[in-house]
Amino acid sequence: MSDSAQLFLDSLWPIVRGGLTGTIPLALSAFAIGLVLALIVALMRLSANRWASSLARAYISVIRGTPLLVQLFVIFYGLPSIGVLIDPWPSAVVAFSLNVGGYAAEVIRAAILSVPKGQWEAGYTIGMSRSQSLRRLILPQAARVSVPPLSNTFISLVKDTSLASMILVTELFREAQKIAAFSQEFMLLYLQAALVYWVFCLVLSMAQGALETRLDRYVAHGH
Amino acid sequence: MSHMDTDPLLRASGLRKSFGDLEVLHSIDLTVRKGEVVVLIGPSGSGKTTVLRSLNGLETPDGGRIEFAGGPDLDFAAPLRKRDRLALRDRSAMVFQQHNLFPHKTVLQNVIEGPVQVQKVPKAQAIAEAEALLDRVGLREKRDVYPFQLSGGQQQRVGIVRALALKPQLLLFDEPTSALDPELVGDVLTVIKELADEGWTMVVVTHELSFARAASDEVLFMDGGVIVERSAPQQMFTNPQHRRTRQFLDRILNPLHERQD
Ligand SMILES: Nc1ncnc2c1ncn2[C@@H]1O[C@H](COP(=O)(O)OP(=O)(O)O)[C@@H](O)[C@H]1O
Ligand SMILES: [Mg+2]
Repeated sequence: MSDSAQLFLDSLWPIVRGGLTGTIPLALSAFAIGLVLALIVALMRLSANRWASSLARAYISVIRGTPLLVQLFVIFYGLPSIGVLIDPWPSAVVAFSLNVGGYAAEVIRAAILSVPKGQWEAGYTIGMSRSQSLRRLILPQAARVSVPPLSNTFISLVKDTSLASMILVTELFREAQKIAAFSQEFMLLYLQAALVYWVFCLVLSMAQGALETRLDRYVAHGH
Repeated sequence: MSHMDTDPLLRASGLRKSFGDLEVLHSIDLTVRKGEVVVLIGPSGSGKTTVLRSLNGLETPDGGRIEFAGGPDLDFAAPLRKRDRLALRDRSAMVFQQHNLFPHKTVLQNVIEGPVQVQKVPKAQAIAEAEALLDRVGLREKRDVYPFQLSGGQQQRVGIVRALALKPQLLLFDEPTSALDPELVGDVLTVIKELADEGWTMVVVTHELSFARAASDEVLFMDGGVIVERSAPQQMFTNPQHRRTRQFLDRILNPLHERQD
């Protein structure tokens, strides 16, 4: 067996393990926290309260208007200079959560707005308050609408977590970098990292498809 | 069918509403007695929907008063408190032109949502009552399907059942058959007529004059945000007093009329 093939095989497990113990948990926790944040920000943005809606708008604008890598550096390398020291992993979780919060907020807001006004009114006419209608009627329908775009957000996030290697988080890409630096086989190792990301994303796309089919059951087909 | 001797259930007076510069309701006075069926007719844009929505607390009038026997008694000169709005909604339930069923819930879930979530009726009881109501309108076997699987007429009957399940004192119908194919109109009107005969109090916006003639106690003709004429259906349809009423009825009865100008 050639040296390259041997190196490929030897590095496969460390890289995949970096994905399973670094990339995926990081993406999942940031996504979960980010979604909660996004829902709050979306509701603030939609609220009649000027302050709440301006604050939400500013947050979304900053997150979407600045590079993720810069956000990550501000938190990990910037904050210590004002006395706030956070470890790599929590830094990454915070940065990615804030980032998802900004992007997913717009998705959720659009999804809420896409639910016809008549659904709110049907809630009101059966005696519900605004928050009850939101929780029981509007959000479940908005959730259906936001699954495809939020799945895409998640898949992007999985890939974006490679940036965490820049703040020394042990994840898929950092494992590949370490082996590459050691073996000097940059092309091989970086292509291998790309391959593993790709397989991860293929699996996630399939899961997305299955989820969408499941959620489709109350929607008329062929319309 | 006359219930004129009974007490008023609802008294609305001087209702005003503007959207921007457009004054949609000028000064609407309306009394509905218990068991009475009031039909509201009038050209498109005359404010019929806005009247119903105001009665149901979906729209807040700029002025005037809505008083239900036994409360609430709301004066819209003052800002409406959340509690008052909920109390107003509690008294009536609306059947919409576009049914507005909840697409993510089955027929049964649509019907029990209000009783269980809002009125805190025990679920088993709410289900039993919902099934009885669905049975009445011939839809019991549809209890577990989603709204998109129903025809327009069936959807509208579920919409009616959803309103009935709340046991409101007043039913509000906003052109309940306008969005339906002609052959489906009859089933829905029959259900509404039966409810009228049973003694439900209702305000119905409709262009179905045969329904108005057969089921209503009073017909109100609205135009330009005012009630132009009100009378018993017989009088309204055979001997309308106002020129605008005559023109409107003429246009409905003879859609192919000659242009007059
Ligand atoms: N939310 C709204 N904003 C602005 N204009 C409205 C709104 N609702 C109704 N209108 C206007 O008010 C007028 C009366 O409407 P509506 O009560 O729906 O009449 P109808 O039911 O008799 O057709 C129409 O000119 C309509 O365009
Ligand atoms: Mg209307």
